[in-house]
Amino acid sequence: MLRAYTLAFLVFLYAPIALLPIFAFNSGTVIAFPLDGFTTRWFSAVFSNRELHAALGNSLFVAVLSAVLSVLLGLAAARANIRYRFRGKTAAMGLIMIPLVLPEIIVATSLLVVIVRFLNLPLSLWSLIAAHVLICVPFAVAILNASFQALDPALEEAAIDLGETRASTFRRVTLPLVMPGIVASLLISFTISLDEFIIAFFLTGSDVTLPVYIWSLLRFPKQLPIIMALGTLLVLASVLILTIAEWMRRRGLARAGKNDSGGFL
Amino acid sequence: MSRDNDPLIRLGGLEKYFGDYHALRGIDLDIGAGEFFSLLGPSGCGKTTLLRVIAGFEGVDAGTVAIGGRDMTRVSPNRRPTNMVFQSYAIFPHLSVGRNVGFGLRKVSGDAAEKRKRVDEALEMVGLAGYGDRAAHALSGGQRQRVALARALVLRPKVLLLDEPLSALDKKMREQMQVELIRLQRQVGITFILVTHDQEEALVMSDRIAVMFEGSIAQVAEAEALYRRPIDRRVAEFIGVMNFLPASISDGVVEVAGLGKIVADDLQSTAATNGAPVAGFRPETATILFPGQDAPGRIAEGRIAEVVYYGDMTYYDVRLDGCDKPVRISMRNVFGRPVLEIGAQARLSWSPGAVTLFC
Repeated sequence: MLRAYTLAFLVFLYAPIALLPIFAFNSGTVIAFPLDGFTTRWFSAVFSNRELHAALGNSLFVAVLSAVLSVLLGLAAARANIRYRFRGKTAAMGLIMIPLVLPEIIVATSLLVVIVRFLNLPLSLWSLIAAHVLICVPFAVAILNASFQALDPALEEAAIDLGETRASTFRRVTLPLVMPGIVASLLISFTISLDEFIIAFFLTGSDVTLPVYIWSLLRFPKQLPIIMALGTLLVLASVLILTIAEWMRRRGLARAGKNDSGGFL
Repeated sequence: MSRDNDPLIRLGGLEKYFGDYHALRGIDLDIGAGEFFSLLGPSGCGKTTLLRVIAGFEGVDAGTVAIGGRDMTRVSPNRRPTNMVFQSYAIFPHLSVGRNVGFGLRKVSGDAAEKRKRVDEALEMVGLAGYGDRAAHALSGGQRQRVALARALVLRPKVLLLDEPLSALDKKMREQMQVELIRLQRQVGITFILVTHDQEEALVMSDRIAVMFEGSIAQVAEAEALYRRPIDRRVAEFIGVMNFLPASISDGVVEVAGLGKIVADDLQSTAATNGAPVAGFRPETATILFPGQDAPGRIAEGRIAEVVYYGDMTYYDVRLDGCDKPVRISMRNVFGRPVLEIGAQARLSWSPGAVTLFC
């Protein structure tokens, strides 16, 4: 019974993804069985579509910058949270983590109002980056909190005791030891930003990101197979990124001599 | 031990607060060059805080820290001639043993070959020759401890600070490391300051010991003096085992419950207490007389309440006539003489000078 349930669950979870490559190579424009014939036309369409490339470029630009900014802010917040005691810490940490549970539609509308009405700024990829940092920082902080928690404070003291300054201690001891956490939070933030739709839909002006572009394609049924091809490529990229992340994580654990206690894969 | 007129470390009037908590209360202490010094006390007595003040990890609210004749009160830890062995050892898990030991040499002048030689020498000194390329996380507890020692000593500090370095080791390993630490200290000849809550460890290892309670130093003395002449009841209770019996003094005559009147010769010393007067004696200063033995004027009668056999020693708990609480007597077992049994009648005697009066 449990076995059947597990099987059904996995099919439900992964069958739609398995459909992506099937229809990506199907020559018919209608997404339905029976299949027509084999073609790579949709993939060539993906590779020759200028608008799609621009959208992908925008997405990567937003995702990379959002991830880097989120992790920098997350590092500062997590280190302060674990290492120091100060007034209003609980409140500050709570406010940082709130976007995690705040509906994105609310973040999107309120930011739209603030940016357009109060700040009188034009919508651009930068406004989207600001918003994505807001929703990515909680994830980065959550991961980095764990990294700093696992770091013996005596290690940093030992480095200072052995003649290092605070800055060189961070470089020689802290950074290498929290690096797995940094890589993990970079990848998570990157992924979140890359596939975020609602805020991107509200806050991008003329420069659309990939999810927004895909959404716009849905209005043209004939373009649907192109989305399938694009989706297939994105799945491959995701698997690749996750594999790299997991490989980095295990290597980090092995170097620190810790036991494996779960992870992505 | 060599102590000059000018101490290597001079602490004057140290006060330290953590919020409302008064962690150090008026600490004055001199520690000499080449001394093996221990800070001993129960947890929360401020001994670790004091060590961290000497290292520079904690600032003070009042008072001065001078090391080698220089005021170091506001000098940061990386500029002090002190190095620390942390309780958790704080071995850098991402570096090899050799890189751990050589960590602090980066800012020391000298070429790479010379530094490598220093690392090898330090590893050899702690008995880890040839371990340089091992991964730090693959070491046992005792080996980590040695790496931490080598890493601190390779910088040739004036003072080595040890924060409960043996508390994470098992008994056998701990005893072995005690001996090695003493040997190492004699070999390098620098000042070692050890923080410990284990009085036995402090007695075994130190030239001098400071006993701390509630943020202040109760007594500073050599191990034997501390054991034989505790300054007050707290110290006497903390160091080793001492039997306490109610005492009364009238016209200069001391009478102790269970022991009777005490002759002046038997009173070794007097010490302070904050309660009613009591007389104390150590388990090994008294003995159970065997039939035929006598000790006029130093006899107390009682019954054996408990026997704890240790092979070379036997501990007897003896309930003296007129006392509720049994006193503990430790006796060396002698071949051919049977160990006494529970319930047996016992005649107790004590050595001259055995009794300390707390009044």
